Amino acid sequence: MKKVYERPQSLKKTPFRFCPGCGHGIAHRLIAQCIDELGIREKVVGIAPVGCAVFAYDYFNFDIIECAHGRPPAVATAIKRVSPETIVFSYQGDGDLAAIGTAEIIHAANRGENLSIFFMNNATYGMTGGQMAPTTLINQKTATCNKGRCITADGFPLNVVKLISTIKGVSYAARSSLAGAKNILQTKKHIRRVLENQINKKGFSFLEMLSPCPPVWGLTPLDSCKWIETEMSTVFKKGVYKDIEARKHS
Amino acid sequence: MTSKNVKTVEKILMKGNEAIAEAAINARCRFFAGYPITPQNEIPEYLSERMNQVGGVFIQSESEISAINMVFGASAAGVRSMTSSSSPGISLKQEGISFLCGAQLPCVIVNVQRGGPGLGNISGSQADYFQAVKGGGHGDYKLLVYAPYNVQEMWDLTMHAFDTSDKYRNPAMILVDGMLGQMMEPLSPTPYVVKNLPVKTWALTGCKDREPNVIRSTGCKDRKPNVIKSLYMGEGELERQNELLQEKYKKMKEVEVMYEEIDVEDADVIIVAFGFAARVALSAVRGLQRDGYKVGLFRPITLFPFPMRQIHRLAGGKRKFLSIEMNAGQMVEDVRLSVNGRSDVFFYGRPGGAIMTAEEISEVIIKCFENKLEPHLF
Repeated sequence: MKKVYERPQSLKKTPFRFCPGCGHGIAHRLIAQCIDELGIREKVVGIAPVGCAVFAYDYFNFDIIECAHGRPPAVATAIKRVSPETIVFSYQGDGDLAAIGTAEIIHAANRGENLSIFFMNNATYGMTGGQMAPTTLINQKTATCNKGRCITADGFPLNVVKLISTIKGVSYAARSSLAGAKNILQTKKHIRRVLENQINKKGFSFLEMLSPCPPVWGLTPLDSCKWIETEMSTVFKKGVYKDIEARKHS
Repeated sequence: MTSKNVKTVEKILMKGNEAIAEAAINARCRFFAGYPITPQNEIPEYLSERMNQVGGVFIQSESEISAINMVFGASAAGVRSMTSSSSPGISLKQEGISFLCGAQLPCVIVNVQRGGPGLGNISGSQADYFQAVKGGGHGDYKLLVYAPYNVQEMWDLTMHAFDTSDKYRNPAMILVDGMLGQMMEPLSPTPYVVKNLPVKTWALTGCKDREPNVIRSTGCKDRKPNVIKSLYMGEGELERQNELLQEKYKKMKEVEVMYEEIDVEDADVIIVAFGFAARVALSAVRGLQRDGYKVGLFRPITLFPFPMRQIHRLAGGKRKFLSIEMNAGQMVEDVRLSVNGRSDVFFYGRPGGAIMTAEEISEVIIKCFENKLEPHLF
């Protein structure tokens, strides 16, 4: 009998401990599959964030470093610069990348570091219990804005991928979602591209993934996927925001 | 200022900050990240050119926080790494320093101290003693802290710091001040001798194009993937990790203490001073000795591990200790802990970036002899 589906070698045999319906397990699996397909597992150095994905080193089966909140782009920059033969990616949440680590991500992008960045946007701080994130939608209720995010006090949801795409040093910037099979398959293509770009020395490549967080959102996993499609995706529009390769071809 | 000159000229005239930078290159440091701040700017300026000449990496980072985290990354990749700053910038680096200690990653951090607190001023100061030796960041950790007192020692101790940092997998700090950083002195650029240090089997990177004396492997081929982390969530896991760190610090206390004693054996008053203050104190001591005073100088070179046993051995009887510092009284607490009540301990200091003169110190020492000083108590 021919084996048509199996656990990627880039994932350990550790069961995921994420909440039911969480997007992290899906994103981990997709990244692991792409790394296997590209045959780069033995060259990869992954950077785990602070937040729900901090335990990435329990799941990924390749070299991993865990670092301070928001600092993965600085750590990634140095690893890639001192050993250019490695494939370095950071995996960061919205608090990590879009709040405390804004300076690090903007300047790594601006230097055009040859890195792969995976940005998980679930519109909240999941690990700490659902506080307001820079990406929390207007009127979305959280533990630190229980009447809903108010623009006068809390500002607007930060459109990170759009911001990143305006920076000259960036090679590729896209946003996709993890809500449902169709979106997941699309996301996988982006992940592969973000990694391929680094292999081909194309420079800074960035993928934002809209990711469900059912317990914090107070929704079922199914309704969470619907919420991504009907609410989140209207504020954070999916698509390729920048692709310098595409421009060359057209 | 090329390596060629460094090798062929017996003595060269060099600025303290540049001596640290060139010594780092000599010690095979191949990564530097930093951010401009006075009075340490010569270090990144020098290395921005020199690193490229030796095939290393120089990055001017967007912040001090980013610089220390870049050092975290480069060190994890197995490369000797350094960052430098001055007091306010070192405060920003404390997060990264705590993480480096937690993850047991080696590196060298240079603090060319200026006056504080806050933005303070840009004069030389020793007000970051507590921050350097007592922690600074969060958690139970220690840095190896070296306090050179001339340009020659800035050269020698920088190279030494890279070795001990690698030996213990722990960050080391070169604690100097604006005066030492900016002054030029003749220096014998002693060559770096490659030490027999543990191979960095834990490094998270490939082995191509590296120094041949350090063996590294690519990714996780043929071995268990390495994990460098500072998060220990399991029951008792973090306590065990902390005990491991404490064992390491205990070992440092046993074998890494460095100090200099000048005429302490028959001294009635022993001056304790480090770094720039020790230079001024030494001038005062020499002058007073000519006038017949039995005074000596004890100069800690490592501030952690502090030469506690050595000072304790000297304490007792009517002998007095006088701690002289460019701050409001920081190292004096460690002098008192070392003396442990066996002698009276006195303090004289100038905070806020003020620098004392030898005449000023001489007067204080004479007062100490004449019992006109109040002991440093409570």
